[in-house]
Amino acid sequence: MYNFEIEKPATIADAVKALGRDEAQPLSGGQTLIPTLKARLAAPSVLVSLHGIDEMKGVCLDDDGRLCIGGATIHSVVAKEAQAHYPALAGLAARIGDPAVRNRGTIGGSVANNDPSACYPAAVLASGATVVTNKREIAADDYFQGMFATALEEGEIVTEVKFPIPQSAHYEKHIQPASRFPLVAAFVAKYADGVRVAITGASEDGVFRWTEAEEMLSNSFAADGLKGLTVDGSGMISDLHGSGEYRAHLVGVMTRRAVAAMGG
Amino acid sequence: MTKVTMTVNGKSASGDVEGRTLLVEFLRENLGLTGTHVGCDTSQCGACVVHVDGEAVKACTMFAVEAQGAEVATIEGQAAPDGTLNTIQQAFQDHHGLQCGFCTPGMVMSAAALLKDNPKPTEAEIRHYLDGNICRCTGYHNIVKAIMAASGQDVSRIAAE
Repeated sequence: MYNFEIEKPATIADAVKALGRDEAQPLSGGQTLIPTLKARLAAPSVLVSLHGIDEMKGVCLDDDGRLCIGGATIHSVVAKEAQAHYPALAGLAARIGDPAVRNRGTIGGSVANNDPSACYPAAVLASGATVVTNKREIAADDYFQGMFATALEEGEIVTEVKFPIPQSAHYEKHIQPASRFPLVAAFVAKYADGVRVAITGASEDGVFRWTEAEEMLSNSFAADGLKGLTVDGSGMISDLHGSGEYRAHLVGVMTRRAVAAMGG
Repeated sequence: MTKVTMTVNGKSASGDVEGRTLLVEFLRENLGLTGTHVGCDTSQCGACVVHVDGEAVKACTMFAVEAQGAEVATIEGQAAPDGTLNTIQQAFQDHHGLQCGFCTPGMVMSAAALLKDNPKPTEAEIRHYLDGNICRCTGYHNIVKAIMAASGQDVSRIAAE
């Protein structure tokens, strides 16, 4: 690792100020960033730790009934505190990485990084959630912009994510056992006005909505109805863990399993 | 350099560290507590698991300055001052839960974190909880047995498949 300073602001305002310094980068749980720094794939001169910002922590319901999760909330807290309100989301948080990783990694870090195989982006997109930053609110459909790419600007921090709570939902993942990331995973969320399906781990463009499946499921919520529906493997990630065709196949399998788990 | 102070195994410890100094480096190099191991250094293997404010974390994937003011527990603080092993450590010895011993500090610290939240875990819960602890000797069955035994449960039905 190249060396850097670490700043530990206690408020969002101080964090934003610190991020104005030259070559500054936010540090949330560090479960992706620290390995990245070790590999010298990043060389910030200042890391601004978001860990001590209490106003960015916690799980609550807002006046519109949305589940609001502070950006610096760790996965293990979401796993416990979201359970009563949004069990599919709590279940997703409870299966990220391993227990020690879940005690450091945060929702804000995951959403800001937008790893093409991360779990949270699937929940955020399938729920039509709102990503709140220190500057603005961004709809999930506008937020995710490709592999590791988001609508975030330089120095902008994810302070909160607001999830409309679905009637029912399920997250189904096929785990890649070495990395513990999903090889492919599907998050299906059923709302009064329709079904949303988000897929992670598969596309070279990162998390995406499988709109054909959404249309079919919104008409008739049945796993069997998706059987003839396929996804093109050409834009899918192809690596030593699986070919693009294999991932495309898993998109269908994971989605059908999620729908079946929801009783469809 | 930044001065950090934390409580390690009940005693106050401080030292000067760089921003990039990992918690595990501070424990091993500044404090000489070499029981916490670095296996993979990529947060996969769990040999470096310690408790920070009561929660299991990978000490190779946290900076020392982030533990400023925290209560840190490592493998060195698990036995009594006279060397008497704690329940989990004794169960690892009794059930041959270690072979080369490299992963053992992390296994013991993970087991302690599990049993704190879930005093009577099932075999499946133990195996799931140890997802992030890799044993290079592949001695998992006896590790699971030891943790079952440490929680006061019958271990005779755990089959080495």
